[in-house]
Amino acid sequence: MSWWLPLQGSTFAPQIDGLFLAILIITGVAFVIVETGLIWFVFKYRGRPGRKGHYTHGNAKAEVVWTAIPAVTVVALGLVSNHYWKEIKGRDSIPADAYPIGIHAKQFEWQVTYPGPDGQLGTADDFTVRNQLHVPVGRNIVVVLTSEDVIHSFWVPVLRLKQDAVPGLTIRAWFQATVPGQYELGCAELCGMGHYRMRARVFVHTAAEYDAWAHQQAQGGAS
Amino acid sequence: MSGIAAAAPAVHAHHDDRSFIRKYIFSTDHKIIGIQFLFVSLFFLFLGGLLAMQIRWQLGYPGRPMPGGGILPETMAPGGVILPEYYIQLVTMHGTFMVFFAIMPLLVGVFANYLIPLKIGAHDMAFPRINMWSFWSAFAGGLVMFASLFVPEGAARAGWTMYAPLSARHDLSGAGVGQELWSISIVLLGLSSILGSLNYITTIINNRTPGMTWFRLPLSVWALFITAILGLLALPVLSGAAIMLLFEQILGTHFFDPAAGGQVLLWQHLFWFFGHPEVYILILPGMGMVSDIVANGSRKPIFGYHSMVFALVGIGFLGWIVWGHHMFMSGMNPTLGSTFMVTTMVIAVPSAIKVFNWMGTMWRGNLRFHVPMLNAIGFVAMFVIGGLSGVFMAATPVDMPIHDTYFIVAHIHYVLFGGSLFALFGAITFWYPNMFGRMMNERWGKIHFWLTLLFFNLTFFPMHILGMGGHMRRIYDPTQYDFLKPYQPMNTFITLSAFALFASQLIFALNFLLSLKWGKKAPLNPWEDNGLEWTLATPPPHGNWDRPPTVYRGPYEYSAPQVAEDYLPQSRKLPTDREPAAAPVAGH
Amino acid sequence: MRAFGMLAVVVVGLAGLAAAGRSPQAGGSVTGKVRFTGAKPVMAKIDMSDESVCKAKYPATPTEESVVVNPNGTLANVFVYVKAGLPAGYTAAAPAGDVVLDQNGCRYHPHVLGIQTGQKLAIKNSDGILHNIKAVGKANRPFNVSQPTSMTTERVFSAPEVMVPLECNVHGWMHAYLGVLPHGFFAVTGADGSFSIKGLPPGTYTIEAWHEKYGTQVATVTVTAGAKTQDFTFTAR
Repeated sequence: MSWWLPLQGSTFAPQIDGLFLAILIITGVAFVIVETGLIWFVFKYRGRPGRKGHYTHGNAKAEVVWTAIPAVTVVALGLVSNHYWKEIKGRDSIPADAYPIGIHAKQFEWQVTYPGPDGQLGTADDFTVRNQLHVPVGRNIVVVLTSEDVIHSFWVPVLRLKQDAVPGLTIRAWFQATVPGQYELGCAELCGMGHYRMRARVFVHTAAEYDAWAHQQAQGGAS
Repeated sequence: MSGIAAAAPAVHAHHDDRSFIRKYIFSTDHKIIGIQFLFVSLFFLFLGGLLAMQIRWQLGYPGRPMPGGGILPETMAPGGVILPEYYIQLVTMHGTFMVFFAIMPLLVGVFANYLIPLKIGAHDMAFPRINMWSFWSAFAGGLVMFASLFVPEGAARAGWTMYAPLSARHDLSGAGVGQELWSISIVLLGLSSILGSLNYITTIINNRTPGMTWFRLPLSVWALFITAILGLLALPVLSGAAIMLLFEQILGTHFFDPAAGGQVLLWQHLFWFFGHPEVYILILPGMGMVSDIVANGSRKPIFGYHSMVFALVGIGFLGWIVWGHHMFMSGMNPTLGSTFMVTTMVIAVPSAIKVFNWMGTMWRGNLRFHVPMLNAIGFVAMFVIGGLSGVFMAATPVDMPIHDTYFIVAHIHYVLFGGSLFALFGAITFWYPNMFGRMMNERWGKIHFWLTLLFFNLTFFPMHILGMGGHMRRIYDPTQYDFLKPYQPMNTFITLSAFALFASQLIFALNFLLSLKWGKKAPLNPWEDNGLEWTLATPPPHGNWDRPPTVYRGPYEYSAPQVAEDYLPQSRKLPTDREPAAAPVAGH
Repeated sequence: MRAFGMLAVVVVGLAGLAAAGRSPQAGGSVTGKVRFTGAKPVMAKIDMSDESVCKAKYPATPTEESVVVNPNGTLANVFVYVKAGLPAGYTAAAPAGDVVLDQNGCRYHPHVLGIQTGQKLAIKNSDGILHNIKAVGKANRPFNVSQPTSMTTERVFSAPEVMVPLECNVHGWMHAYLGVLPHGFFAVTGADGSFSIKGLPPGTYTIEAWHEKYGTQVATVTVTAGAKTQDFTFTAR
């Protein structure tokens, strides 16, 4: 069992994890200051009869300091985060060369449509596989998400990619996988009684393996 | 207690010849209404806990028959084994009961009603009859929601957030009339909130006693005031959305149906536009009451009173423009992911200000660790964790892997249980003598606090780890995923801790119930507090005061040098005090 | 006196009809075959690699079963039933036994079946993995229930309906069709494409043959004491 984040399987996983770690450090410092402060005060200022507390209504300078430091910190965090947000999910973030894969979410399965030899979705050589996402490593992929019935959510932990699939919308999300292997995809939005079992296998292939698989699929072979 | 020159408290205010029904059942007395909310809401808190225990059973021991599960019908748990559709009903109704029928009415229905007139020196609320209807519509809503557990095909099951289209389409969810009952219940609850808010706002503006200026109001009253404004403006949006959902379910409208020109995301925008102010409704009163209790327990004025007020106002205002952070992954325009991230990051600042001011209040105090103070310190310690975990999800790229995982579940429980519920344990203990004329048992109160603190952290802290690993929410059987199988021992550990946490609450329940009859009789002003409510008998009579008191100072004049005692009530007149010019509002 | 005699004849006659209805062994019958002409369609393979428990039950890859043409050129899974011709308001008491619908190898067994109103349908999960059963009835109340492990769920249908579609959403290829009738005069063609409806009281009946892809065909049959033959033919398209 891992106590940390999963394997970094995409180009933006290290960036997201880096931001996570930065936030952990910042919030960790705040946590230590507050909790040790509280514990220290509890011991140091425990009451004794016949004594009084220190009669003060506050300190303007302290207010300024402990307003400014959190404010500056969160603004900085926001700016850095926004940079990565635009890169990963921004309107113009989808790489032009991204290989398209259609994913139609449906209670309770993922229908994955591959573009076939012509590399275009929506043409006659497309083929659909249930619950299996095969991608070549090191190539930009764009998943084109649609939903048949209710809101589902496409979630691959090792890629760090999550995107809701919404009825009536066609939503694109891109990634580039970096580590060959077999991984899992789960649905991350409650979609009914089968939500817990709406899973798929994700295969990140070397380029050669992927070509061989795609060729075999195009011939109509079941894997 | 010596040295108080205040006259003996007004023992009889208005001549009280009401019948039993008018006095205790259909009462317009704000104190009785507050106590009615208290009993009903504690029941729903217990019910929500029972539902949680079943959720944890299934997660800790997936597919195993639950002890006692035999009493459940075959459609929910054949042979005591929880079915997936029952599991998601449990998850939905746990959230629904806890948010709408436990925490919200405990914080607002109980304490806004009970405290506001007393703490501002008024006889009662501005509209006592509307106040009564506010309770009874909440009660009716609770009854309808409770009934939905017992109808054919069971209760609502699309999560307490009730996303369409799953919530609108019974063919896709397998639900029946239980879904409709949810909507109806929420409309009734919304009505209760709106009626209550009207009263709280009007009463605080209009009915303050002479000398009670805005900046002499206790922070509990400020917090309840801001909360009431949030409620007045947010609940109508929820009620509207619930009515639209009801129409979708029974009249065949297409608000959320894209095939007929509707928009799926409309539900989320409406719900969260309400939902985010709602979570501030769920924390602000606790923050206010914790301020009162921390000042009392530290025997010091609140540090930075004005900053605390501005922080409350700031949270209340900013709370309206952050709702999209619940929708970062929803498919809405990514630019909104940037704007909502900024506003969400900013709202962390006023909460941080409050935490530092609470610490400043304790600094160089003469701390008394009575049970309310222990719970108030627990609030600060746990709320900080919940607030800091919120920073992770505010950063939109980090929200991507943690959205809809147990990291979020950890966050919400640290703020709602670690925050609001600890505040409630403290507040109930603190104002219990005023409500019932008796003290809750101090020793058992301390034992309850420490056990709760321990098991609460053992239950919810590990959920951060689960979330980091990618463990999704609302899933019936995590072992279906290879990547989650290694976390199963942690799920079992959390389950056992949750059982211990629930068992520990029985101590509070027994302390609360038994003290009603056998608690030590409460002396006047048992906590040596400055609030106006403690200048009256415990419990205060109907109508509170014969003549409204006059206020000479702020609410937190603890350890003031003018007097020997370490507290100085707001209405105690010292030789150096001048009478206020007039009542704050003419015609009072 | 005469009127009384005629009344007695009618009463006895009706009683005889009712008695005949209650004991299907007596009375006439309609038998026949459902033939298939034209090119036999190639059914798509079902990829069950995602569900190892089910895949392991098949030595060869299973195929979709919306059209099953038997080796002898007949069509299986055709629901043949008496659509009209019974006295108005005729209902037979529901048989005591259950009709069993089994989910085995991630397929419904049988694929097409009939049941009487008020009779119990026992839906069995022999796979031990999650199936949900969604029934999209129009005359009958729809339902959607799950079976996460080996278990049996019972349902009763109160309204006649041809057909109530059943599906599993975890395994999107799983479909079954349930015909709900107020009587027991129905049959489903099997591996030899034949059907037999027994115990019919003498009369003229509308017999319908229903297929999930090729639609319905009707025939009028007059039944006396013995067997009447009625064949149907569906054509590929």
